[in-house]
Amino acid sequence: MTKEEALFNYCLRLGDSSLILGQRMSEWCSNGPIIEEDIALTNIALDLIGQARTMLTYAGQLEGKGRTEDDFAYKRNEREFYNTLLSERPNGHFGDTTIRNFLHSAYYYHLFKVLSNSKDEMIAAHSVKSLKEVTYHLRHSAEWVVRLGDGTEESHQKVQKSFNDLWEYTGDLFEMNKVDELLIKEGIAVDLNDVKKEWLKTINEVLDRATLSKPEDAYMHSGRLNAIHSEYLGHLLAEMQFLPRAYPDAKW
Amino acid sequence: MVTPIEYSKEQIWEFLSEIPDPEIPVITIEELGVLRNVDIIDNRVIVTITPTYTGCPAMKMFEDDIIKTLHQKGIKNIEINMVFSPAWTTDWMSEEAREKLRKFGISPPIKGTADKGVLFANGPKNVPCPNCGSTNTNLKSQFGSTACKALYTCNDCLEPFDYFKCI
Repeated sequence: MTKEEALFNYCLRLGDSSLILGQRMSEWCSNGPIIEEDIALTNIALDLIGQARTMLTYAGQLEGKGRTEDDFAYKRNEREFYNTLLSERPNGHFGDTTIRNFLHSAYYYHLFKVLSNSKDEMIAAHSVKSLKEVTYHLRHSAEWVVRLGDGTEESHQKVQKSFNDLWEYTGDLFEMNKVDELLIKEGIAVDLNDVKKEWLKTINEVLDRATLSKPEDAYMHSGRLNAIHSEYLGHLLAEMQFLPRAYPDAKW
Repeated sequence: MVTPIEYSKEQIWEFLSEIPDPEIPVITIEELGVLRNVDIIDNRVIVTITPTYTGCPAMKMFEDDIIKTLHQKGIKNIEINMVFSPAWTTDWMSEEAREKLRKFGISPPIKGTADKGVLFANGPKNVPCPNCGSTNTNLKSQFGSTACKALYTCNDCLEPFDYFKCI
């Protein structure tokens, strides 16, 4: 594997996770529990899709086969997506969405913080830019974790269950393979074990404040690195890709 | 036969600096800090811009407006170059632009509050109400009508208003 091939894969990982989480968040459009949250969730979706566009466009440049951001988003199948398993989890109820977003935003926050010093100029610039947006996403979701966790007995129970259910998808966020190994040597990628330490600090701080308990580490799902997914990604893609697949190259 | 560009870089910058933001028409792309550079290389106008937010839908309109403005001046050979570094910040906004925002009914970004406090910062305090000037105001939501704004309400005049977030 060359450095370019590794970097191409790395960009797909970043771009795909943003794209899939952004698509999930956009499903809240007109379904938010209150108007302010409807606007907040879809604003976050917009940021994430913007981040995906930057990374997928860059992936296309690195690959050099003329593929565009749209080609990557609309013309790939499930087994060609490198998004985190956490990003594709269904929205569930508002508490489920809040916990998923919190876990993912904290991951992105600490990842982009260190990737801001990447030796790849585009990854560094993208990370500096995205970090500003993700800071708002993290703050927003963390406040809701506290509000729900330290809220009523029912809201506490519900989000504790969301945490317990989603925890087994968090191991996948920090797995690494040869791509990481090669790019860490080049100063482009970062060691996800370091990111995990910072991520855990944030998770613990917020859980404490929210009077929630951290789930025990047990079985962890794995898949992101090999483009292996849960049954939910296919359904998400079916909806997201329907129009460009049914009417190829449609313009509006 | 290629017609040579009859304007200087400075003149082209001037044409482009008048393009208004499609969502906040009182400020221009120059005042916003989106317009970064104009260059003429090999009879080709290269306009460098930077996005405010990565997903800001106004970016496409900025690009279209830049092309339209240059076409009207008879310039056809145009390239739009999008740069991400240095990352856009509200600190680039001039005092004049901030004053225009306030008059338009949007509370301008408070200088130097960008990126402070990640968790439980609860937004900047004492954001002045653009309607009555009171600083007795409340953050309602970190996210407002566009990616760049947060939603506040004034406790004195009771009006809701947009605050241009610092990033």
